[in-house]
Amino acid sequence: MNLRRDVFQAIADPTRRAILLLVASQSLTAGAIASNFDTARPTVSKHLQILTECELLEQEQNGREIHYHINAKKMKEVADFIEPFRKMWDDRFNKLEVVMKKYKPARR
Amino acid sequence: MERKTKIHAEDGKQELIITREFDLPLELLFKAYEEAEIVEQWMGTKVLKLENKRHGSWQFETSDDKGNVVLRTNGVIHEFVPDQKITRTFEMENTAFAVQLEFLEFEKLTDDSSKLTMQIVYKSVELRDQMLKLPFAYGINMAHNRLEEVLSKPSYRNR
Repeated sequence: MNLRRDVFQAIADPTRRAILLLVASQSLTAGAIASNFDTARPTVSKHLQILTECELLEQEQNGREIHYHINAKKMKEVADFIEPFRKMWDDRFNKLEVVMKKYKPARR
Repeated sequence: MERKTKIHAEDGKQELIITREFDLPLELLFKAYEEAEIVEQWMGTKVLKLENKRHGSWQFETSDDKGNVVLRTNGVIHEFVPDQKITRTFEMENTAFAVQLEFLEFEKLTDDSSKLTMQIVYKSVELRDQMLKLPFAYGINMAHNRLEEVLSKPSYRNR
């Protein structure tokens, strides 16, 4: 349960979400990731550490460099976890939209 | 495709924000919250009480397909400004969850579109996180069909 909560908090942060998006398409070094943000390098490192600790990111030794890539399995788990909450509201609002599109106000 | 309903839940905060843009004029969007009959249609609940005024109160009831009441929710309305905002509390009866505070803001985008911003404030960060997980973990939510699905599973029936 603790791990789950960590994962949840990890993706609640906008910078960390941006990092995940960035790494989603290709594996990158910490430096390459940091160059995309105005944030100080140590801050980006801290974000990478959190994402790695909760297994959303994985490190891969590539010669002298460490590349970060996304852990697709973990990401799916996380997406699935918030998705029902979002979907609950989305379904409800979709229904509201359908109901109101059919609504005919009484003419005065 | 861009998702219409968005959930913003920032790290370590005891609130979350739900936003949704509708292909509906502002007046129609607001009416969906104002008239009990319409609320019943899209929420899939029975409206026992809906007093749209300052210090008014509301109570909704959700039943399963056999007519058994599975959830009752209620709250107090603090502000009710047509086509602009509703401020209210929300609580689930007979549960341990603390009451939550909801700020609903209605905005006109164009003549045919509008936006709802719903800010929900919880008693604690932990409670917010728990509520976010609720539909995932237990399927206890007001979306009627989803609730039915879960309750019809043998593992739930035998509890």
